[in-house]
Amino acid sequence: MKKYAYYPGCSLESLAKGYHLSAMAVTKEFGLELNEIKDWNCCGSTAYFPVDELLAYTLVSRNLALAEKMGASDFVAPCSACYKNAYFTNSYLQSDTDLADHINYALEEDQLHVDGSLKVRHLIELFIEDVKLEEVEKKATHPLKGLRVAPYYGCQLVRPRKAKEDVENPRYFENLLSAIGAEPIEYANKTRCCGGSLIITNRKAALSMVQILLQDAVIHGADVIATTCPMCDVNLEVYQEQVNREFGTHYSVPVMYFTQLMGLALGIDPGRLGVGKSELASLQAKAVAQPAESQ
Amino acid sequence: MVADLSFSQEITNLMYASHGEPISHCLQCGTCSGTCPAVEFMDHSPRALIGMIRADLKEEVLASNTYWSCASCFYCNARCPAGIDIAEMMYALKRYSMWKGRSREGLIGPDFSEAFVKMIVNSGRSFEPLLAATYLPKFSAAAIIQEGLTATGLVLSGKMPLLPKKIKGLKNFRRMVRRIIPIGEPE
Repeated sequence: MKKYAYYPGCSLESLAKGYHLSAMAVTKEFGLELNEIKDWNCCGSTAYFPVDELLAYTLVSRNLALAEKMGASDFVAPCSACYKNAYFTNSYLQSDTDLADHINYALEEDQLHVDGSLKVRHLIELFIEDVKLEEVEKKATHPLKGLRVAPYYGCQLVRPRKAKEDVENPRYFENLLSAIGAEPIEYANKTRCCGGSLIITNRKAALSMVQILLQDAVIHGADVIATTCPMCDVNLEVYQEQVNREFGTHYSVPVMYFTQLMGLALGIDPGRLGVGKSELASLQAKAVAQPAESQ
Repeated sequence: MVADLSFSQEITNLMYASHGEPISHCLQCGTCSGTCPAVEFMDHSPRALIGMIRADLKEEVLASNTYWSCASCFYCNARCPAGIDIAEMMYALKRYSMWKGRSREGLIGPDFSEAFVKMIVNSGRSFEPLLAATYLPKFSAAAIIQEGLTATGLVLSGKMPLLPKKIKGLKNFRRMVRRIIPIGEPE
């Protein structure tokens, strides 16, 4: 069983409980062991960088240091913002010794030291690269036949570019959805931004950005939008009502974490995935094959 | 005696940690503006803003809402043919305006960022209701009611905790932060 240092991030303890539950349930089915980093702190999202860069990198480094201390080789984050912050901090620690020295000077106060030796990964990569899609397909005993899913990548999972990967038209999310028997829809805005923290700091802009995404997904026939990030999920789901009020629209499209859809396809009880009754009913109304009933 | 730096030089220096090309490499092609999902809410497009910085139009740049309208989606970075880290430039402008206390009146972004950082250095964790106190006063009455309804729904569905979390090693954590920025005397 491969072991990972798991960094849930703040949202997974509150707004995104369903993401945490489903991530734990699904990884377990595939024999991936996620060990939560003890006493981790907030990664800062996009809010530290406008104040102090060095502080931002230091706070992220504390989590990396705690993970290194666990003896793990991989640091896994389910939130795209946490992932992006950890990924780039880790890589700068390797390339910028001056930065690493400054950070380690501060970490001394917490009896910690960081090397930047981990491999930082987003949760979705584990299924694509470690488990592999053939195995996902094999385990999907309750395939989501006929369910049209909009794979929503969002921003920070894909950007900034990490290596030579396709940032304009990634396909791995579509492939994962196909592996669980669902039908991924094609739509142009799958990597367009949901507004992120603009939902707080510039509500008008963010609602308009959410509206464009909902419109594109719905026009292209999405029964459900699948997300890889709690920020995206909150903006698309919780603020859907406000979008409707603002734009006179009538969207009522369920928004779910990709791990919740995977869990249903594996036949895991919806309650263990944090899937609500209304979401389940709406999926059952649309899918040809019925996901497992709640017990 | 420190030499007087031009505004464009100051911003370039603030971007020293950026992993992109200097803004002097900008072609003014407008790919960033055409790509930006928030451009219609900005006073000046990202392309125009880069031109203004290079022309040292400091007052006009600081008075713009453009950099506080950036959602950090990094689309411009991914597509810039000159390889400029434009999102980092927006962060540099945010920092510059915050340090100098020069952000435009009425924006929520600066208060939100400041409150967020204070919250983290005090507890180590994020807690949404604490943040709401910083931005709600700037919302309209109707928007406050909307936000209240949304939050109530989240609390009722168990998605919003009522008590903030704290990390256990808070004392050492705060000592660590103190080595980076001044946050008052140790307790």
